[in-house]
Amino acid sequence: AAPLYDVVVSGGGMVGSAMAAVLGHDIHFHDKKIALLEAGPRKEYDRVPDSYSNRVSSISPGSATLLSSFGAWDHVCSLRLKPFRRMQVWDACSEAMIVFEKDDLDDMGYIVENDVIMSALTKQLDAVADRVEVFYESRAVGYTWPLPSHSCDTSPWVQIELADGRRLQTKLLIGADGHNSVVRKEAEIKNIEHRYDQSAVVATLHLSEATDNNVAWQRFLPTGPIALLPLSDTASSLVWSTSHEHALELLAMDEESFVDSINSAFWSNVNHSDFIDTAGAMFRSAISLLKPSGTAVRQLPPSIAKVDPESRAMFPLGMGHATEYVQHRVALIGDAAHRVHPLAGQGVNLGFGDIACLAHHLSAAAFNGSDLGSLKHLLKFETERQRHNVSLIAAIDMLKRLYSTSLAPLVLLRTWGLQATNALPPVKVRI
Amino acid sequence: QLSLFRLTMKRLFSTSHSSVDSKEMKKFQLLAHKWWDEEGEYSALHSMNDIRVPFIRDTLLNMSSNYHLGNPLSGVKILDVGCGGGLLSEPLGRLGASVTGIDPLEDNIRTADQHKSFDPVLAKRIQYRSSSLEEIVEECMETFDVIVASEVVEHVADLEMFIKCCSQVLKPEGSLFITTINKTQLSYVLGIVVAEKILGIVPEGTHEWEKFVPPEELQRLLESNGFSVKTVNGMLYNPLSGSWSWMESTSVNYAMHAVKSGAQGQLSPTDTLSEMEREQSSAAAGTAM
Repeated sequence: AAPLYDVVVSGGGMVGSAMAAVLGHDIHFHDKKIALLEAGPRKEYDRVPDSYSNRVSSISPGSATLLSSFGAWDHVCSLRLKPFRRMQVWDACSEAMIVFEKDDLDDMGYIVENDVIMSALTKQLDAVADRVEVFYESRAVGYTWPLPSHSCDTSPWVQIELADGRRLQTKLLIGADGHNSVVRKEAEIKNIEHRYDQSAVVATLHLSEATDNNVAWQRFLPTGPIALLPLSDTASSLVWSTSHEHALELLAMDEESFVDSINSAFWSNVNHSDFIDTAGAMFRSAISLLKPSGTAVRQLPPSIAKVDPESRAMFPLGMGHATEYVQHRVALIGDAAHRVHPLAGQGVNLGFGDIACLAHHLSAAAFNGSDLGSLKHLLKFETERQRHNVSLIAAIDMLKRLYSTSLAPLVLLRTWGLQATNALPPVKVRI
Repeated sequence: QLSLFRLTMKRLFSTSHSSVDSKEMKKFQLLAHKWWDEEGEYSALHSMNDIRVPFIRDTLLNMSSNYHLGNPLSGVKILDVGCGGGLLSEPLGRLGASVTGIDPLEDNIRTADQHKSFDPVLAKRIQYRSSSLEEIVEECMETFDVIVASEVVEHVADLEMFIKCCSQVLKPEGSLFITTINKTQLSYVLGIVVAEKILGIVPEGTHEWEKFVPPEELQRLLESNGFSVKTVNGMLYNPLSGSWSWMESTSVNYAMHAVKSGAQGQLSPTDTLSEMEREQSSAAAGTAM
């Protein structure tokens, strides 16, 4: 018979690997067998390469806490990361701006290269190799679901077939295989999805002059948001969401023109209209009457001097949300369950939030001697996460749509909205 | 093997002095295949695991000094009396215990055996036998660290003999866990009228109010047979959420933990507490849960 595992995680990206590592380090899983299936090769390095990778993530403090709970954050810190203290978000069509920063000057978040996170996760998976078996270069090609519980003759476990013909069985299958999740499709879980007519262009940029660089910048252009995420005192990572055509142009143009486009995107006021500027100024004075401290100091983003050759790349954007996160013996986490626009820097953090919640319920279930694939605790995970995720995903989608226009009424709406949000502490704290 | 089977079958349906009630067995015969449908007739027993397994686990961990949280009941030998389809045996097995599950009904044992067979770890840790408690006394004297008799004593013909047999197969200072239903007006209304006839949470005819056991009576029987009762907790089932919780009042369902006295029938100092003090400390332990 095919080897039986307690949990199989399908998908060895940041979220899948972290899920396997968290379970592997859980005391109640001490005697359990976990497998992680990853289609690609093993990713690890002892020393970071000199150049930065163009795929980075904004890691929230909550995610950092999760990663440190099983020792991965220490590895990240010893490799490379950049904390940031402040986020400035503003509109290309008006003066409206919102600034996020913590009162106590704590770090708001960390910009970390995805490769660095993967390397840290790989190390921590090695540390629990007696419990977690990682199958590299192993793609799952087929899943067979068990029949409902009262039919006793056939195996009650999920059957997994790998590309090389090997078979596994598991009591719980966790799908962490990305927004085109095969687990989700094979489980016939309906997915609400929408392709944005936008692609994200990423690149590694070098600043004109060295600076503390502890601010994350994002400006909403009518074509989409452009963001500068700090990597070091002299380098930042670009994430520019724009139309597919513009994205292709940006990739094709020479390095100088590319740098000029970026600087222009951050500095130009061509999209302002007098009407909006006046309306915005009026609103601002109204706020300062009511709440004198309600407008923050506007800082100026850094200017870019150079782009790392070969660091330009693009990928298409979309949103997705699975109608169910769980089924008997199946759970979805990360992009397999929900896919968002990068404008809020939330993508991987939602995935890490899924991990913290699912691991909590699985740990309790293991300590109660429960069948790990039982819907009873899986539904608790689904309810908690859907409650948290749905409103955030909807808000991100709405922001994307709201900021994709230069029509005056909507610009005015978002201008006032942004300014009001900036002035209201409770709303800002929730974000 | 066949002669043992025949002997067991004869014993099962004989009217000789036994704690097994053949009328009771007939009721369960019809539902022998429904045990593992979590949403079916036995759904309330499935969800009872959410409180009875932690109760057993934590009580045992509190009494022990040497355990690993990854395998908390490792090395503990447990007898699950009236195991049915194995609903309680399996979680205890997953927590590391060596479980022997006995049930007089052959079909229940068959269901239990088949269900555990797919999990190699459980298949090794759990052994099922179609048998009454009396039948294993001789070969299992002072064998078990723990006996669990959950939702069983309200179906038993001779409760005192049942308790005596428990004492015989239990090691000195071993633990006995019982969950059952009180005999009160409230338990008649909730446990029979509402549960069986109105909401259908329990299959109709499962319980007979006459056979319900008040905790005071159970405690008296236990203590006059060498046990010391340590904890009594009331349990409450919420039919809307399908879940169980602890409550102070034992007027409907309750759980009891008793410990067999040490070697030579020596009673521990706590047994000399007055009735009132003992009740007070049980109630306090109940609320602490």
